[in-house]
Formats: sequence, structure tokens, C-alpha cells
Amino acid sequence: MNQNAQDVAIPRLRARRPPLPAWISTIALLLPTYAWLTLAIFLPLLAMFAFSFMSATPMGNRPIELTYRHYLAFIKQPYLLGIGLNSILIGLWTTSICAVLGFIAALALVRTTAGRSRETLLVLILLPFWTNALVRIFSWTMVLRENGFLDNLFHLILPDGGSIAILYTRYAIVVGLVHGYLPYMILTCYIALLAIDETLIEAAASLGARWWVVLGKILLPLALPGIVSGAVLIFIPVIGSFMEARILGGRVGVTMGTVIEDQFTQAFNWPLGASLSFTMLAVVLAILATFSGVLRRGSTM
Amino acid sequence: MSLSLMAGASASLLPKRAQAATDITVLNWQGYGTDEAWSLKKFAETTGINVIHDYYSSESEALTKLHTNPGQYDLVVFSASRALQAISEGLLQPVDFSKVPNAAGVDKSVAENPNFNVDGKGYAVPWNWGLTSIAYREGIPEPVSYMALADKQFENRLCLMDDGITGVAMAALMTGQDINNPKDLGAIKDVLKSLKPNVKLLWSTEDQWNKAFAAKEFDISMFWSGSLVRSKRNLKLPVNFTVPKEGGMGWLAGLCIPSSSTKAVEALAFANWLMDPAFYVEWATKVGAPASVSQTIMDALPGDDLSRQFHKPEYLKSMAVMSALPDERLQAFTDLWLEIKAYYAS
Repeated sequence: MNQNAQDVAIPRLRARRPPLPAWISTIALLLPTYAWLTLAIFLPLLAMFAFSFMSATPMGNRPIELTYRHYLAFIKQPYLLGIGLNSILIGLWTTSICAVLGFIAALALVRTTAGRSRETLLVLILLPFWTNALVRIFSWTMVLRENGFLDNLFHLILPDGGSIAILYTRYAIVVGLVHGYLPYMILTCYIALLAIDETLIEAAASLGARWWVVLGKILLPLALPGIVSGAVLIFIPVIGSFMEARILGGRVGVTMGTVIEDQFTQAFNWPLGASLSFTMLAVVLAILATFSGVLRRGSTM
Repeated sequence: MSLSLMAGASASLLPKRAQAATDITVLNWQGYGTDEAWSLKKFAETTGINVIHDYYSSESEALTKLHTNPGQYDLVVFSASRALQAISEGLLQPVDFSKVPNAAGVDKSVAENPNFNVDGKGYAVPWNWGLTSIAYREGIPEPVSYMALADKQFENRLCLMDDGITGVAMAALMTGQDINNPKDLGAIKDVLKSLKPNVKLLWSTEDQWNKAFAAKEFDISMFWSGSLVRSKRNLKLPVNFTVPKEGGMGWLAGLCIPSSSTKAVEALAFANWLMDPAFYVEWATKVGAPASVSQTIMDALPGDDLSRQFHKPEYLKSMAVMSALPDERLQAFTDLWLEIKAYYAS
């Protein structure tokens, strides 16, 4: 009763009703994203998971049986192990190089620039994202090939030097991948470094810490979460990449990505392609699980 | 506005029957000769038959469309590798060749291709063809055998096609086997492995091939004849094409009449039109066409026509035609090719 009377007395207060419980607004905010993820990622992934146990691609009117034999591919076709290992090595190299370059670039951005010049530099870093990946990769073929830009430049300086062309080697694949994925690492490191309190560094400096001590004891540990999230963002897609390997790798450009692509486009064996994808996913998750334990310990030190 | 409305109204007022009798529906790849506007206009003026199009993006899609829309289509373009399946599924009717006089210019060996013929009846008017064989840089002596690909002089200068079916077919020719059903896969594996010192890269798109060849990345390669004509004509690349003594790996496309069509006569009139030198020469010279199976048409092309130069009649007779592969064999070929690629990469 009293409540009602109050409502009538001060109707304007209705507009400022106490906020909804936190969980309702959280759900409301997350719902569009999760609905989209469910629809666009989870359901197709689930369908692919189902395909991976079928005996043939479920199209046309062929009889379909359930089988787990596609998951034995790595045992029956041992050469796949070499290809898988090659993909993981390419992933590790790409991620490591991105981590070093990305951290340095982010450090330079945060420590030595400010205001407009920093914004400009950030935009320049994001520029590769604005071009089509295929165009980027084909540009690299012109730079890295024999008698390409790099080779010719080298011969201008050292006319008798041999060729430094690295097109159609694993180095070329890693170069192309680093170029494509470096911005992720710079951005995650940039955000982590930006959050570091300036006074920490001043305090360290006033206590006589040299730059490498500041770097090793303050900047690196505090930026580690940024490096880790950058590494995860890079490692996973790099393992599955196929365009870079195909175009820059030549004869050696055989990775799990290209193998899986072949199953879908050439062999029309979706089940095998799907099972190879899920096997790789399991391997990648296992690697991440191993590393995340190590890294978490490192970051809490 | 009102004009088009009136036109629409009058069209619907026309007697349905007369209109239906003069419309045929063609099922084909888009931009593959049958849908050239200038030709359809002329054809309609001469015969009163209107050609409507529907397209597919793969031949399996064409099979599905024929299955699900009986009576809808009157002419469909199939390659030799799919035609036999369509015949065995009862989707096609035998062709009355007396209605296609222009098919007389087709060599018997092609017209009687086993992919187009069942029980002595022809189910397709062979239309055009192409093949995969050796492309090599000008200045290199003409290779006489596929074995040249393994020659020491091409160390790190060979570009293979990244396709299991073609890879196995090539090795089958090198080892004297049937390209569609080689019995000795071990020999195929060995001969492909022996190419490793020479293999520089694998190509998967025409564009990639052109760029790498222009940059002198390789000197000898397996390539499609049609693509080669484009590389030479449009990009002026210094490349030659030859079919060695083992023969090429070929494809054939034919014009087929669905068994559910009630307008076979009109459809065959259009097939005859498509085999007419007047149409084909204009298509080949103005737009660019694959090589015709009709010698009459090829002879009517200008003497310096690149397509004519590279699609010699003897190639057409000697080539092994790629057929459709059963699923297990396709998978075996793909697995074998993957193993070879892993070996090349190691």
C-alpha cells in the first residue's frame, strides 16, 4: 500500500527504477554474440563432426555408414605425421617471430610515441589487413623469387653473390605468414603494454635498474598476457593456413591446411577432411593446454 | 512502363502451345558457347526456336537437376567423364544423327567413344575437346616422351599439376598403363618419386602457372591445351606445346538430349547449329572457344589460329579420354598423390 502511494506521489521516479539484476543485462548483452556463434560456428562445426564419422560425403544417393576409420588416417598413412609436424613447426616459427617483432613494435609505439603520431603508426600497422590476403601473398612471390626485387637489390650491392631467393622454401611460407599475422601480436602487446603503470618504470629507474632489467623484470612479465593471447590468435589459424603454403611453398608447400583443402575440393572426401581437421584441432588444443599452464605460472610470478 | 506492361500482357495472351513448341531449355556451364546472345538471336530468326538457359556449376549438379526436374531440359552439355553415368542412370536418350548433318565432320573414333555410346547407340553429339600434355619453354628441344620430365637437364625446372587424377594418369602413360584404371600403382608411385629432383613447384590455377612461367621459375610442365592457347595468345608467353608418343590425357564434351525432353527435334536443330562452322568460327575467333571435334570446323579456322595449331587432329585420335572414376579409385589416386607430395616436400 505504502509503495503504491509513493508511486503515485512521485511518478517521475518510475523512470529511474532500480536497475535490472546484473545477470539479466549480461545475458542480454551476450545473447546476440552467442546466438550468432551458435548459428554460424557451432552448428556447422557440429555438422562437420558428424560428417567425420560417415563413410562417404552425404550428397547424392550413396548409402552412408558410420565409421571411425577416418580417424585412423594418421596411423594408416604415416606420411601425414611428417606433414602435421611440418605444419606445427611452421606455426611455432611464425608465432615466435611474430612475438619478438610484435613486442618490439608495440614497445616502440607505447614508449616513444604519443598522440597523433602514435595513431598514424597504428593505422600503418593495420594497413596489411586492408588488402586482400591473396594479393599480399602474390606480392611476396615477386619480392622473394629469383630475379625478384630482393634478389636484384642484393645483386646491385654484390654482383657476384649467389641468389638469395627463398621463394618455394619453408622460409618463404613463414615470411608470408608473419606478414599476415603480425598485426594481431602488435595489437595485443600494445594493449598490454599500455596498461602498465608508468610509475613502476620510474620507480625501477630511480632504484638504478638498467633498461634490460626494466625490460626483463617489469615490461615482459606484465605484457605476457598480451603475448600469450597474440600467440593463440596466430598459432591456431597458421596451423590451418593453406594459401601461403600453396603459393609461396612450391614443392615444399604441403601442410595440413593444404591436405584438408584437397580432401574437400579434389577428393570430394568431406569425412576425411573433417576428421583430419578435428585431429589437428585436438593436437592444437593439447599444445595450448600444455603451454598455457607454463605461461600462467610465468605470469603470476 | 506502360509499353512493357502491354508487352507482358500480349505475351501471356499468346496461345501457350505455339510458344511452348518453339522454346527449348539448355543446361550448360555459363559462358560455354550455347548462350552467346548474337548466336541465339540469329538461331531464333532462322528457325523460330527460342533458346532459354539454365546453368550448373558442376556436372554432378547437372545430374541432380536432370533427376529432380524431368521434362525441364532439352539439351545438356556433358563431358565424357560424366556422360556415361548419365546414360546408365537413364537420364539421356539416343541421338538421331540424321538430324545433325554437321556432325559428319567428326572422326569416327571420337563419335564412337565408349563414354558416349552404349549398345551401339550414340547418346551425345561430340562437340569440343582439349587435353593435358607437355608445355615447354621455347628454345628447348621438343620432348618425345613423358620420360623427358625425369631428364637431368630439367633439374629443379619442372612444374607439375597439383591434381591426383592428372598425376596418376601421367605416370600411367609413362609406365604404359590405362590412365583410368592402372593396375600397378607401385610402378606409378616409383616413377612419380623419380621426378623429385626436377620438381620445383606444383601449380593449381592457370594464373599461378602463367606468373611462374613468366618469371622463368620452370621450363617444362604439364598443362591444359586450352590454357596454353590463352597464355600464348593473351600473354605472349614463349611457350610450346607437344603431345609425346605416349599420347595426351584428354577430355571430350558432348551435346546430349535428356530422356525426359519432348523437344528432341528442336534440340537437335540447335545441336546442329552449334556444330555449324559459321557459328563455331565466329565463337572461336571473336570470343575464344575450345577446339572443335569437327575437322570441318577446325579447317575453317584461320591458318594462324593458335587453337588450331595446338589441337592437331592426330592428338584427338591418339589421346586417352579421362573417364569418371569410382569413389574408391578416386580416393586411392588422391591418397597416392598426397603421399607423393609429402615425399616431394620432405
